Amino acid sequence: MRIVVCIKQVPDTTEVKLDPKTNTLIREGVPSIINPDDKAGLEAALRLREQVGGTVTVLCMGPPQADVALREALAMGCDEAVLLSAREFGGSDTWATASIIAAGLNKIGYDLVITGRQAIDGDTAQVGPQIAEQLKVPQISYAEELYNEGEYMIIKQNFDDRYNTIKAKMPCLITILGEFAIPRYMTVGGIVDAYEKEITVLGFEDLKDLLNPEFIGLKGSPTNVIKSFTKQAKGQGTKLADLSADEAVAAIIQKLDEIHII
Amino acid sequence: MDFKLSKTHLLQQELYRKFAETEIKPIARDMDESEEYSMELLEKIQKCGFLGIPFPKEYGGAGGDVLSYTLCMEEVSKVDASTGITISVHTSLCSTSIFDYGSEEQKEKFLRPLIDGSKVGCFGLTEPGAGSDAGGARTVANLDGDEYVITGTKVFTTNAGFADTFLVFAITDKSKGTKGMSAFIVEKGTPGLSVSANIPRMGIRAASNCEVIYDNVKVPAANRIGKEGDGFKIAMKALDGGRIGIGAQSVGIAQGALNEAIKYVKERKQFGRTISAFQNTQFKIAEMQTKVDAARLLVWRAAKAKDDKENFGPYAAMCKLFASEVANEVTRGSVQLLGGYGFSREYPVERMMRDAKITEIYEGTSEVMKMVIAGNMKIK
Repeated sequence: MRIVVCIKQVPDTTEVKLDPKTNTLIREGVPSIINPDDKAGLEAALRLREQVGGTVTVLCMGPPQADVALREALAMGCDEAVLLSAREFGGSDTWATASIIAAGLNKIGYDLVITGRQAIDGDTAQVGPQIAEQLKVPQISYAEELYNEGEYMIIKQNFDDRYNTIKAKMPCLITILGEFAIPRYMTVGGIVDAYEKEITVLGFEDLKDLLNPEFIGLKGSPTNVIKSFTKQAKGQGTKLADLSADEAVAAIIQKLDEIHII
Repeated sequence: MDFKLSKTHLLQQELYRKFAETEIKPIARDMDESEEYSMELLEKIQKCGFLGIPFPKEYGGAGGDVLSYTLCMEEVSKVDASTGITISVHTSLCSTSIFDYGSEEQKEKFLRPLIDGSKVGCFGLTEPGAGSDAGGARTVANLDGDEYVITGTKVFTTNAGFADTFLVFAITDKSKGTKGMSAFIVEKGTPGLSVSANIPRMGIRAASNCEVIYDNVKVPAANRIGKEGDGFKIAMKALDGGRIGIGAQSVGIAQGALNEAIKYVKERKQFGRTISAFQNTQFKIAEMQTKVDAARLLVWRAAKAKDDKENFGPYAAMCKLFASEVANEVTRGSVQLLGGYGFSREYPVERMMRDAKITEIYEGTSEVMKMVIAGNMKIK
């Protein structure tokens, strides 16, 4: 079984600085880590490999500095690493990112794709599902447990108010919750090996036949960030006292009408 | 000339640091109070490969180097010096001696399980009557057919309480002085081998440190490491290398205490401002950090020399001499900056100050280090 885990390198802080011109993240000077949910994804894949064999490939889209995140994943026990990196990929939103990663996955091949639920810098939880859409494979999100049964994966999804247990035929894509498991440490020998391995770098030229170049990068992204700002805390609100039920309903409807919600 | 760590070393340092912060720091105080090393922690250390860092992969090691091993020693000792000495004695003294002097068969049988993390080693040289004067050892090993019979008492044997592999030094020919000493491997459970309870100590109290009695312990002649008479040479070479580890441990203790002090002075307010705002505090911290950095560079120089197969002995002695003195000075200074809280066992700096003292004593006292350094300079 060929398992591919998609990881993102994220800043190790909640105080993210934005470039005021492009409204994208400034990565320089901020320590970087593997996104925690994605690290749980690595752990899930390594455990699955222990159960059924096969290989675990770690894949990351990012600048050349993402190399260290891939080395860390190799040092945890992944077999190979792929970096998707090109100037053309820069500034991609979630859809464009998913397009590029899907192209990378089609290039290298996969039976099972694992991603983290969401990244701590963007918190969109969109890239995993969007990759599945573009690959046209089943997507099972919010996985808390998973195991293999022949050509199927059995996944327990946690939706806070309920659990779903899903049986999905591979190839498929699973997004993992950070709560899945505490990721293993790297090993010292693993780090030595990680730096002896070659990381496959796929650039624009390698993937251009597998994607639509108009839908990648800053220009190809359907989402445009107009403005970034710190959300203001909500005020006290309006309190209407001593109203009958009918009067209260009328007041609420009037208020909703005023702010164009209805 | 480049003082930067390589990418591999940086990632290893990150692993050591994260492991120390997550797994060791939360239990360090309890281990010190109970004077008992956590076997659960030791298992995690084995699993991450910390017991085989500078050994080749062909024998089950991590394939790292001495520099990486010093990074490990510093990071674990920042939070717990007892963990430092546990790893150090296993690695620098026991495993390295077998790696350097063992036959291929001995490496397969004894070294592999030590460095792949399935067994723990210890090193028995010091005796009640033979400390700095290691050549004055009285433990004897008499050849009887194809076996040696070992009789004697070793003291302050680190790791002995849970070790599987005892590397012990005994006199095989009294008439030859230090050239009459040989090295043997004794496996746990061998009849006649008995280990005392932990010896009560001032510092590194979590580490296992015991008296070991060899009462007519019979070992196959095949368990002798090196030739008959090589023992003293093997022990001295092991200690030369061990001193790099103790230097790194000292740097770790010092930096760990200083980090605690830095955190404290930024929070503690007296006379209406944080005590970090006083120039005395700033100067004190500047002096201490400078000394810690100097000690670290001496450690790295010795490690690099050993990795490059140069004559590292004098460098190792210098780094241990200086770093151990810095560890004592900086931990004492850190306790002073924390004032009454520093003296309290609620904060870790008093433990670090107690732990620092032994670095000036074991694996060669500061006085012995000066003998080595001056001897190498041909000062007679």
